[in-house]
Formats: sequence, C-alpha cells, structure tokens
Amino acid sequence: MKALLIAESREGKVLGSCSELVAFAQKAGSDSVMFMVGTDSNLPAYDGTIYLADAAKYGEYNPAVHKQLILDVVTKEKPDMIVFSHSSYGWDLAPRVAFALEAAQFSEVADIVDGDPVVPACNSKLRRRLKAKSTVKVLTLQAGAFSLAEPITASPNVEKIDTDTAGKVTFLGYEEAPKGGVDLGKAAIIVSAGRGVGGKDNIPMVAALAKALGGEYGASRPVVDAEWVEHARQVGTTGQTVSPKLYVACGISGAIQHLAGMKKSEFIVAINTDKDAPIGEVADVLVVADVKQFLPALTERLQAG
Amino acid sequence: MKILVCIKQVPDMESRFKVDSAGTWYDTTELVWRMNEYDEYGVEQAVQLKEQTGGDLTVLCIGPDRVKETMKKALAMGCDRGAHVNDPDYATRDPFEIGAIIAEYASDKGFDVIFTGMQSQDRGSAQVGVLVSELLGIPAVTTIVDFVLEGSTVNVKRELEGGIKAKVSVTLPALFTCQLGLNTPRYPTLPNIMKAKKKELLSIPVQDLLKVAFRLETVSMQLPEKKGGGLVLEGDAGELADKLITILKEKTGVLAK
Ligand SMILES: Cc1cc2nc3c(=O)[nH]c(=O)nc-3n(C[C@H](O)[C@H](O)[C@H](O)COP(=O)(O)OP(=O)(O)OC[C@H]3O[C@@H](n4cnc5c(N)ncnc54)[C@H](O)[C@@H]3O)c2cc1C
Ligand SMILES: Nc1ncnc2c1ncn2[C@@H]1O[C@H](COP(=O)(O)O)[C@@H](O)[C@H]1O
Repeated sequence: MKALLIAESREGKVLGSCSELVAFAQKAGSDSVMFMVGTDSNLPAYDGTIYLADAAKYGEYNPAVHKQLILDVVTKEKPDMIVFSHSSYGWDLAPRVAFALEAAQFSEVADIVDGDPVVPACNSKLRRRLKAKSTVKVLTLQAGAFSLAEPITASPNVEKIDTDTAGKVTFLGYEEAPKGGVDLGKAAIIVSAGRGVGGKDNIPMVAALAKALGGEYGASRPVVDAEWVEHARQVGTTGQTVSPKLYVACGISGAIQHLAGMKKSEFIVAINTDKDAPIGEVADVLVVADVKQFLPALTERLQAG
Repeated sequence: MKILVCIKQVPDMESRFKVDSAGTWYDTTELVWRMNEYDEYGVEQAVQLKEQTGGDLTVLCIGPDRVKETMKKALAMGCDRGAHVNDPDYATRDPFEIGAIIAEYASDKGFDVIFTGMQSQDRGSAQVGVLVSELLGIPAVTTIVDFVLEGSTVNVKRELEGGIKAKVSVTLPALFTCQLGLNTPRYPTLPNIMKAKKKELLSIPVQDLLKVAFRLETVSMQLPEKKGGGLVLEGDAGELADKLITILKEKTGVLAK
C-alpha cells in the first residue's frame, strides 16, 4: 500500500499538521511519499521523498494549479491513498483531486478500524464506518486524530516538480486576524460562553464567574459571530488555542473546532442542559444544568468565599 | 443574474440520536428538523445578491417530502422559487451522488452564482459544493466569510486556520461555499411567510436527475464509546454549585483550600 501525503505550507512556512499525515501512514501500515508546494529552505521532517513545487513560482494556494501538480505526482507514483489534513487547504483541494481520479473521499477521518476509516457525524454525537467503491481513495484527517509516538528528525529527499496550468481564482493577499484586547493564552482560568448562554444580555453572568474565579472569559464562535463578544476572546481552530489550569465551558456543545482550542486544559468543567453533548467527552466534570440558574449560584458562593 | 442556493434539512444537533434498524444511519422518527446552519448563511447571501442585482433566485433541496417545510423558510427569506428534488433515500447517497444531482439540475440553467454551505451538520463531508463546481466546470471558492460583487468579479475572503483570511477574486460564473459568520441571516417576517406560500415549489423525482453511481457506502453507524472518567452531576443548581466547589478544591489548585 502506498500513500501520497499532502503537506501544507503558508508563506514559506510548513504547517504543523504534516506530522499527523506521517502518523496516519504509520498507523495504516502504508508506505508513503510526500507532496508540498513550499520552499527548499523550510521542509517538513520526513524520512522519505518529497515532491516539491516551488512556492516562489506558484504563489500561495491556487486550487487548479495545486490540483494539477498533485495529479502529476499521482501518475508517477500510483498511490492507493491521497491523504490531506481536514483543513481549509485540505477540504478545498481534496474533492477536486478525488473528482479528477474518480475516487471516493473520506472526510475528517478520526480513526481506522479493521482497515475502514471512521468519520464523525452530527457534531461527533455519532460515528460512521465507511467503505469506498473506488480503488484509489482520498482522505482528509481530523485535526489531532493521529499523532507520532516519536518525533521525526530526518530530512526528506527532494524531487522538484513543475506545471504550466493556470487557475481561475486569483489570490490577492492575506488579512491578519484582528488583534488586541485580552491574551487568553496567559490566563490560568478561562470561563467561556457558548450559544447556550442564550444572548448578549447573559455575557456579564459569564464574565462575573470568570472574575470570581480570578480568570478571564472566552467564547465559542457563534457567540463571536453574533457580536456578543469580541473576536480576541474566541477559542478554537479559527480563534485562540488555550491550555489553562481550569476551563469552564458554559452552554458549549463541544464541536471539534472548539475542542481543538481547549482540550489540553488541565481541568475541564462543562455546564450543559444536554447530558449527551460531545463536550462531555473531554470534560472532567459535566454539570447538567441551565447556565442561567447555575452560573449565578456558583458565582454567589465563590464571592461569599 | 441567475442565482442558485442549495440547502439541506438536518436534525437539530441537540437531539438525542439513535442508530436506525439497518445500523447505517440515525433513526429519523423523533427528530426536530431545521435548515443546515451553514446554508442559512448561503440563503442570506443569495438574497442580498438578488436584492443588489435584481436577479432571480432558486433554492434547491434534495430530500423527502418533509424538506418542503425548510424550503418554505428559504422562500420566506426571499428566494423566488423552490426546486424540491424528491428523494426518500437521500440519506444513503454519497456526496458525489448529491453533487451530481445538483449539477444535473443546474447544467442547462446558466446560473451565474451558486451557493452551498461549507458542510452539512449531520454528514459534515464538506464535499458537495466543490464537486458541483468540478462537474459544471466552474471555479469554486470555499469557506467564505465575506462576499462583494463588482461588475462580473467577486471579491471574497476565505477563512483559514487561526483567524487569518485569504483574499481572492474570481470571475463569474462561480460557486461559493459559505462559512459561519458570513452575514446575519434574516428572520422571515409574517408578511413574507404569507407571500412564500404562493411561490412556486416544483417537485422533481430524483430519478430524473441521478445519473451516476455512488462511490462511498456506510458500513455502520455507532454511538461513540464513552471514554469514561468524566463525572456527571445532576440536581438542584445550588447543590450542584456546592459540589463543584468541593471538587475544584480537591482536584485543582485554583481555589484556596
Ligand atoms: C472551519 C471551521 C472553523 C471553526 N472554528 C471555530 C472556533 O474557532 N471556535 C468555535 O467555538 N467554533 C468554531 N467553529 C464552529 C463549530 O463547528 C461549532 O459550530 C461551534 O463551536 C458551536 O458553538 P456552541 O457550542 O457555542 O453552540 P452550539 O453548538 O449551538 O451549542 C450550544 C450548547 O448549549 C447547550 N445549551 C442550550 N441552552 C442551554 C442552557 N440554558 N444552559 C446550558 N446549556 C445550554 C446546548 O445543549 C448545546 O450543547 C468552526 C467551524 C468551522 C467549520
Ligand atoms: N440533500 C441536499 N440537498 C441540497 N443541498 C445539499 C444536500 N446535501 C448537501 N447539500 C449542500 O452541500 C453542502 C455541503 O454538504 P456536505 O458535503 O454533505 O458537507 C451543504 O451545506 C448544502 O449546501
């Protein structure tokens, strides 16, 4: 079995998820080669061959161009699997490659059981085992699902590749995330508000608990999107990654993109009316309660000391 | 300007899910249904674009009869007509089949802009939109959080990890997959709900549009095994607060003993 691992780089820097691709190939017991659009001077640690297209020539991500570069490597290497991260790069590019190869795609693979990929469904409340009809398979891997027991230190053997394809989508530049405000990374205690807090009017209740505990307050994405709380306080894949001593999730369901930002916290308390909420999977304590009743009760007791 | 927006009906994610008798999907008998959250942003963007250009907007949904309820919401938000692809077996279809049905519907209609959600909440494959664009041979931009039309060019922002955005431009026709926070989806007003009742809602049998074979099948669906360890507390709010304080004192260093 051979896997083609699609590494990612942005502005010349390799993104961290590359080692997860290697960990997946190990777990699947598969040989592998790697592909990346990037630069010679910044390569992922990898004990094998990397097909490298020069980022200086191809610029930042361009779907049609990256697709063609990958298809050329597929022709040469004839892999059984083409493996991406389930990231903004992977979920954009993988279906294009799968379509060109008439291959089935497994999205957000979280595990391999008896050779079949397992993917989440319904906000991780269910899991599905899948089988492909096609011989070639395309996979995207859930962030954090596969990790190496031992870090790799080897440098890859580089093979340069090229294409003449042009794309229809023009890249104009990056916009940085809005900065300023709090640095949640420094807080030892974080109390976060989720959509379950019910409205902007209830944010002070969350902030009051954070204050009573001597910490900061954060939020899930819908709370930031609805402008109840500023972006600097968002925890998750598209916000901040935090690992405080105590994380209190108030009315947060526990979607994978939120968990990615907080599951390394030392102690996790979740307050949720839904006993089955996926946040229960990572919580040390799940308090089954309405935040509007529970938070004031807790804050009051903490203030009374 | 001809616009198409694709929506999926999904269960409320706060439901208690059970596996169905075939063991390959969730049991659908006691669920509350709603519009896929990502598609609400798609409908809103499509309606805004229609208002900006005076365009014509179709909403498409594949599913059994009950999805018409969700389509009526899209019509009340401002879509002009509904195309309901009647398919009692939609849940067993893979993303390629769903994409092919949509592409077949769109193939002879000359849509300038197609919106889909970035992913569906129940299946979460994040494939259908891109597959439709590949089948139609038009460019696709995924995970958009900003959309501005100028002439026949669209400037969008794609959301990347860590909150960074990539600014890209594309010439129409094109397909866009919508991310959370793209806009603020409107609530249908009562007069618009009444008006929506008179709008065309065409039903098309899936056999007329499905011309490909599936590539992916579900072997089984399961509830995740509980990792255990986590303590579950239930009861009166005041008592729960006392219990939690005791636990925090015992297990963490954050409260003074
Ligand atoms: C590419 C991408 C990136 C993303 N990035 C992020 C990110 O960085 N951060 C992030 O958070 N999300 C992110 N998301 C969104 C994520 O998938 C979820 O949609 C989001 O985390 C859900 O937020 P929530 O838990 O607050 O809301 P919901 O999922 O709606 O959950 C609300 C919860 O509150 C509970 N509840 C309701 N009422 C009460 C009550 N009265 N008392 C107690 N509990 C109650 C419910 O049972 C439910 O569990 C991203 C998604 C994508 C696709
Ligand atoms: N049954 C369906 N009917 C109409 N559109 C759909 C259907 N399933 C998926 N889609 C569209 O495709 C997007 C991505 O879905 P998925 O690939 O399943 O994650 C959704 O947000 C919808 O816009």
